[in-house]
Amino acid sequence: MIEVNNVHKSFGEAHILKGISTSFEKGKTSLVIGQSGSGKTVFLKCLLGLFEPEEGTIAYDGKIYSELTDAERRDLRGDMGMVFQGSALFDSMTIQQNVMFPLQMFTKMSKSEMEDRADFVLKRVNLDGAHHKMPSEASGGMQKRVAIARAIVNNPKYLFCDEPNSGLDPKTAIVIDNLIQEITDEYNITTVINSHDMNSVMEIGEKIVFLKDGHKAWEGSKETIFKTDNEAVTNFVYSSELFKKVRRMYLDEND
Amino acid sequence: MQYLHNIGAYFLMIAEMFRKPTRWSVMRTLILKDIDDLIIGSLGIVAFISFFVGGVVTIQTALNISNPLIPKYLVGFATRQSVILEFAPTFISIIMAGKVGSFITSSIGTMRVTEQIDALEVMGINSLNYLVFPKFIALLLYPFVISISMFLGVLGGLTAAVYGGFGTLDDFILGVQTDFIPFHIIYAFIKTFVFAFVLATIPSYYGYYMKGGALEVGKASTTAFVWTSVVIILLNYILTQLLLS
Repeated sequence: MIEVNNVHKSFGEAHILKGISTSFEKGKTSLVIGQSGSGKTVFLKCLLGLFEPEEGTIAYDGKIYSELTDAERRDLRGDMGMVFQGSALFDSMTIQQNVMFPLQMFTKMSKSEMEDRADFVLKRVNLDGAHHKMPSEASGGMQKRVAIARAIVNNPKYLFCDEPNSGLDPKTAIVIDNLIQEITDEYNITTVINSHDMNSVMEIGEKIVFLKDGHKAWEGSKETIFKTDNEAVTNFVYSSELFKKVRRMYLDEND
Repeated sequence: MQYLHNIGAYFLMIAEMFRKPTRWSVMRTLILKDIDDLIIGSLGIVAFISFFVGGVVTIQTALNISNPLIPKYLVGFATRQSVILEFAPTFISIIMAGKVGSFITSSIGTMRVTEQIDALEVMGINSLNYLVFPKFIALLLYPFVISISMFLGVLGGLTAAVYGGFGTLDDFILGVQTDFIPFHIIYAFIKTFVFAFVLATIPSYYGYYMKGGALEVGKASTTAFVWTSVVIILLNYILTQLLLS
């Protein structure tokens, strides 16, 4: 579980995060949504420990990040997996080497053990047989799946995804969403996803945190987001005609 | 003010490069890869340039000696001095700033743009140690490249002198052996080691701290080449003053 308490972050004069408090539960897929410039990426980088908040605390299963020593922070980082928006696969390595990389850095496994583990997670993300391809030879969807495989290969406790669906067609996007949710359930991971893809929100948003201008403007789930009368949320989520209709239908059915 | 910021950040980067070392099993692979990219991959162009520039130095020297009182062996002597003292260590380093330096800046810069450096940091890896340290170690073999450049520069001079009709083989070899001061080789290699450090770190600095997209990677490569060349020329002057005057 990750508990965020009154987090503030500024860059020079720009106050980006203005006192965000929330929590992300173990075994659940949580989405952080909001418009571009709302502070989602800065918030995710604070959760990852890449940015240190000026005020407030972030606790991982009770351990407050700002109170940890360098060695403890390094150990905690070993428990985190991250799927980047652009996948961030290492160009000079094959897909298998990319997946084995965290094992090489953090475990004492033998080469054959690492290969077995890489084979297992590549199968898990339905990428059997692509081991020796270079990332440049893989499609966008395949690259995302490799990034997920790399993120989970070391059995992380926390999985972070920055817009995992960006640049993917709707069908592949749903496959990636479902894969993330299945992995979250299967391994009982605390998963936090940054997204402004409304399909993802409706598909896997077990918890949704809506950011607006650096504030937490709303939080709920994919069920409650239909019923909310929070204007900021409805303006953002139901900005398209399609989603407006979907919402009307949902509310009509449940009245 | 920006210059002072860059100088400070550069030295902090160097200090950080030696902290939190990457596992040796991974580092070994990275060093071997960088030796291949930076050292072995440069041998061809260095050999080509050294041989022909050595030849040109010889021809220019021979053509500018018209006084019959000046001995013929001076051509070999002048070629040796030019190649060993300046051409091989300094001017090959400027060429390497273009070849190796822009490769380092663009490869690290591309990793920055595509979030690969963020991925390393998220995993708790010291990305500066992972990316820059192997290049620094690989470039410790740079004197090997310069030795080859020295040898081929003098060989190119000899070939131009003999086959161009500017002197005899005996005269040239006598010139190469005349007044040979072993410290000049030490001086050249001290410069080479210093330039190797500059070649590994300044382009890495510009790649690592770049911001923006593909266009900025190109700009960072150009800036890295300019500053690496400027620093090499300045250090060349300071080291020559300190070691030879």
